[in-house]
Amino acid sequence: MIPISYYVTLSAIVFITGVVGVLIRRNIIIILLSIELMLNATNINFVAFSNHFHNVAGQVFVFFALTVAAAEVAVGLAIIIALYRSKSSINVDEFQLMKW
Amino acid sequence: MAQLFFFYFAGIIVLTSILVVALRNPVYSALSLLIMFFHVAGLYVTLHAEFVAAVQIIVYAGAILVLYLFVVMLLNLKHEDRYHAQFPVGALLGVTILTEVVLLLLQQHGDPGTPVAPPDTVPPAAAIGNTEAIGEALYSTYVFPFEVASLILLVAMIGAIVLAKRDLFDVNRKA
Repeated sequence: MIPISYYVTLSAIVFITGVVGVLIRRNIIIILLSIELMLNATNINFVAFSNHFHNVAGQVFVFFALTVAAAEVAVGLAIIIALYRSKSSINVDEFQLMKW
Repeated sequence: MAQLFFFYFAGIIVLTSILVVALRNPVYSALSLLIMFFHVAGLYVTLHAEFVAAVQIIVYAGAILVLYLFVVMLLNLKHEDRYHAQFPVGALLGVTILTEVVLLLLQQHGDPGTPVAPPDTVPPAAAIGNTEAIGEALYSTYVFPFEVASLILLVAMIGAIVLAKRDLFDVNRKA
């Protein structure tokens, strides 16, 4: 039996990797991939606690997180294509129109 | 045996998630994310969540990753040479949060982790399958969030078409 804290630690490591990826990468596609990493980290937590408490609600919430992830990818990639069309680049440093 | 599986899956998940962030070429990043998704699905199987594992492979590895690879190859990117200028700040933040989490978990680890839920609330998981249990919860307790999720998918579909279509609103002006 693996203690629940191992799963929380794994999830925290993956989540922080995603946060650092959002902060240090300049390619918008990699930033979206890092957001996927963070969503997966939360899903690992949901499933681990669902198993720990013998409650199936955690897996239902993984299902909803998956729906949101799919929607986010569709809209995010459409935004990336629109951005690429306007500047022929997907470097985040190029897009500072709304920077104060 | 269970520990062996956990440490194998956890090791590969951590390694590939670091590779996603560290690799220069977006195609390699997407492929290492694919490996990570498969190992997360394996972790779900060891946690007795077979339905979620199958959905993870079908939706994440089958649909989302293909969409990413499609866009990466459509845009035909040259790989970037260096990280963002705020790389030291990001790395420092990551190390700080990680240290904080590890300290918190070590503090928690001192007392033996007892399951909070009393054992008498355990549903008859052996009599009813994982998929059936999820279906019953999804269509009884969580039926309103389920409908909202379908609305989110509809909004995402329309939004993606509106954003990616080149001149959706210029048709009347040109004609």
